[in-house]
Amino acid sequence: MVTPQQVWDALAEIPDPEIPVISLVELGVVQEVEVRDGHVRIDFTPTFLGCPALEVMSDAMADRIRALGAEPEINVCLDDSWSTDRITAEGREKLRASGFAPPAPRGAAAPTLVQLQSNAHRCPYCGSTETQLENIFGPTPCRSLRYCATCRQPFEQFKSI
Amino acid sequence: MNEQEQQQLLEIADDELIVGWRDSEWTGIAPLLEEDVAFSSIAQNEIGHARALYELVARERGATADELAFDRSPEEYRCARIVELRLMDWERTIARHYLYEEADAKRLEQLKRSDDPEIAGLAAKIDREEAYHRMHAEMWHERLKDEPRYTAALDELRPLLEQRGEHTPELAELWEEMTMVRRSQPAGTKW
Repeated sequence: MVTPQQVWDALAEIPDPEIPVISLVELGVVQEVEVRDGHVRIDFTPTFLGCPALEVMSDAMADRIRALGAEPEINVCLDDSWSTDRITAEGREKLRASGFAPPAPRGAAAPTLVQLQSNAHRCPYCGSTETQLENIFGPTPCRSLRYCATCRQPFEQFKSI
Repeated sequence: MNEQEQQQLLEIADDELIVGWRDSEWTGIAPLLEEDVAFSSIAQNEIGHARALYELVARERGATADELAFDRSPEEYRCARIVELRLMDWERTIARHYLYEEADAKRLEQLKRSDDPEIAGLAAKIDREEAYHRMHAEMWHERLKDEPRYTAALDELRPLLEQRGEHTPELAELWEEMTMVRRSQPAGTKW
């Protein structure tokens, strides 16, 4: 009989398809796991709605659950339940160590251009806050591009969502 | 979800799908590399929003998001004329972007207060992403707002925001491109 912990452990082994240094559990996209009579329901909440990795993630989770001998049901939640605040502390550190600046906490109001243009964002390589916004958008919708004036290195900053 | 709510979501989904296609036309040929990246990302987000909105309506109707997005005739789309135009000049592209994001923000604020928790929840998620589109549009608006070519483009395009129902010939052309592969495949083909 499969236990919820076994399911969580299995999901924790699935890397994010675009940033494989962190797992889907560390990314915070798994909202809930419910196990009943060999049937596993996962509430899965996408990061960005246009993320092309959604189906890859759903399929990978379903495969892991089948490997545990259970029947998967992946329920995609189209609501505001995912936030970059859900990325775990371990996940944030792994991002930083790989050169992605972790997201700032989600504010009560939407972020503003002034905030993005401020130099409050820290370079993931040298730790300097002498950084500037190069582009609100980056290689994927979840990231912006910044430049560190101290170590003269461009880097990718996670947007706060 | 009542019929009126479904129609409203379809209207927004159609706007997002079509503006997403138009934004993607800058991929590879924008005047600055940063804008190539920005409009490609914005296009991806808009089409993702369209998909999620179509899915909510599709569930009610026993259809799929793809069927709603691609299997209707061009006349059945509910998008505004402003998103249909094929704009290959920068001042009108930015003018449309600014006008559209401003109008989109207003309707999202309303949807976030919907009594239907699914509609309100999805609107809240979409709005989080749109905040970055708005910042991008504002940044360009600030840069161009005193340029006569840009202000003329704003004046030209603003009335088209409210014009729905009667489509431009450009929508039919886009529909041909957008659905060509799907129409050329036998029904039920999986990708």
